Amino acid sequence: MSIEETTPRPAPTAPRESGSPAGPAGKGAGRGNPEKDRLNPVRELSRTMIMSVLRDKGTIFFLLIFPLLFLLLFGTLFKSDGTAHIKVAQVGPVEVLDSLTADQREQLSEAATITKVSDEKSALEKVREGDYDAMVKQQGGTVVLRYSAADQVKGASARATLNAVLEQANLAAADEPPTYTLQASQVEDASVEPIQYLTPGLMGWAIASSAVFSTALTLVTLRRKKILQRMRLSPIRTWEVVAARISMTLLMALAQTALFLAVATLPYFGLQLTGSWWLVIPLVMCGTLALMSLGLLIGSLTRTEESAGGLAQLLVLPMSFMSGSFFSLDNAPGWVQAVSYMMPLRYLVKGSEAVLSRGGGLADALPTMGGMLAFTAVVTALTLKFFRWNET
Amino acid sequence: MTAPAIVADGVRKRYGDIQAVDGVSLRIEAGEFYGILGPNGAGKTTTLEIMEGVREPDEGRIELFGQSPWPRNLDLLTRIGVQFQASSFLDKMTTRETIRLFASFYRVGARQADAMLERVGLTEFAQVPADKLSGGQAQRLSIACGLVHDPEIVFLDEPTAGLDPQARRNLWDLLRDVNEEGRTVVLTTHYLDEAEVLCDRVSVMERGKVLRTGAPAALVRELDNMVRVSVESGLLTPDAMRDSLKDVGVVDATVEDDGVLLTVTTVAPGPVLSVLADRGALRGLEVRGATLEDVFLQLTGREYRS
Repeated sequence: MSIEETTPRPAPTAPRESGSPAGPAGKGAGRGNPEKDRLNPVRELSRTMIMSVLRDKGTIFFLLIFPLLFLLLFGTLFKSDGTAHIKVAQVGPVEVLDSLTADQREQLSEAATITKVSDEKSALEKVREGDYDAMVKQQGGTVVLRYSAADQVKGASARATLNAVLEQANLAAADEPPTYTLQASQVEDASVEPIQYLTPGLMGWAIASSAVFSTALTLVTLRRKKILQRMRLSPIRTWEVVAARISMTLLMALAQTALFLAVATLPYFGLQLTGSWWLVIPLVMCGTLALMSLGLLIGSLTRTEESAGGLAQLLVLPMSFMSGSFFSLDNAPGWVQAVSYMMPLRYLVKGSEAVLSRGGGLADALPTMGGMLAFTAVVTALTLKFFRWNET
Repeated sequence: MTAPAIVADGVRKRYGDIQAVDGVSLRIEAGEFYGILGPNGAGKTTTLEIMEGVREPDEGRIELFGQSPWPRNLDLLTRIGVQFQASSFLDKMTTRETIRLFASFYRVGARQADAMLERVGLTEFAQVPADKLSGGQAQRLSIACGLVHDPEIVFLDEPTAGLDPQARRNLWDLLRDVNEEGRTVVLTTHYLDEAEVLCDRVSVMERGKVLRTGAPAALVRELDNMVRVSVESGLLTPDAMRDSLKDVGVVDATVEDDGVLLTVTTVAPGPVLSVLADRGALRGLEVRGATLEDVFLQLTGREYRS
């Protein structure tokens, strides 16, 4: 007497007739029935990863909007009046200035007004007080320029102007035809408009944040949720996973670049793009790869999202400060400049600055791009030592 | 005799001090519904992962259709389907996007992916975020993701863990259909009733070893037709019951009272029933034959704890 129902079963060792090695029968759409609508793994996977970003308002804010807010803030705070016209006090005779032709003098006056004064002491005092931007005098064969550290922009501008004049004089002295004429534009290029370093700097920070953070976090999440392991159990190739991730990250970085350039070139901020500005696209792509490789390394070294996020922050924030994301490296202490040479972000920032607003070309961009790709290769090789498909 | 789908021979796997799998040998025929049964920590999942090719065995041989799943064997991977943990869908993805993503890994068409969604009854939830599905729906989606490329062997790791009874039964129906199409199904479970209902054969595992393999009914039959007779608690004290049984000559019965039921486990239910009838203690009478739980108890000498 048994109340429990037992379902009749086939004999345990007798396989059912349909269970032939040829595979399950009775399904229309099986193998060997190619369909035109086959889904491509690289496309589906990168679309998935883009969607997971676009559908998350928090991520959108932190990766796209937040850095842009910084551009709005800094761009407004540091907005200069646009002209870097400087006032220079000349003490005693200065040959290079005195010997300028009327034509050259006319050109120079566009960038600087030179006033002759007799008393060096009172002239220096006036530089200190900001009445003059700089003081110039000649001691033997040396031209001495004194300027205040209070206004870095004007100081740099004065230095650049005088350099240009000296260069021209030296060339003339070498008995060569004066191929250079003093041009106001030269002076402007050498001067630093805040928007010129803020745009590539903050853009670099934004790209670094998204490339490092989301790469590291995604890797940890996929591993923790065993989705990486599940992918390993499908015939998807490793390169397909990598290609999907790279194309997604590059698209994000280029979107960030476009957004930054669109805002910075608004008349209000007035970023003037120079000739080969489009080189920023390959630069950003190479820089993104370098930063992404750091994200992969972090994601491989950590097990939880919390530790990955912490380590990424520990890397990205100091790197951004030391790579000139928030201020121009030109004015940074020597040790910061020295450390910055080890950071991939510095090359992205400086490279972008060169091609975006300083008239740099392929010659500036190519070595930077090569360096960033080499960095990517080294970090990726290191990552392979730590990479795991599953947690245990 | 047809070629087996899976052969394991002396497979061992150690993690640090723990011998997770300790010399497992089994042979799973093509088309079989095979269960690996045991409590948590018995080594079921590791055994399954070694079969799938996730892990390399330290020792022993494992073959699917005559090929080793380790190292990663792309040809085999198109022929096996693996259910992944239902709790781990990607964020912000709808049901349809999730199955299409998995379909793309196998270069399967979008229409076939949609058909699989229909098959598991999730078409009306196609636009719902996958992480908003109920437990049973999520399990069906994860099984659909493992079936979308029409595999010959399907591996399921605890497919009904945490489901309510109704969802479990629905899933059992689905799994039976999957098996009846001729697919080999290998599942791990710590639910003995599930193995009993679904599996053609089971291997009972404990501490990395296979204790016994066979059809559930055959394993149960080996237990000398042990029967459990229970009545409502409080009608008779266990001691009174034992005394009465001794009086009629039944000595091998065990009597337990858990506060709800008074249960007598015996190979001779007749005298037990007459004792109960004589004492007028038949309220809530229930008689059950032995189950896999009893098999487990006998094999390991301890109570089954899932």
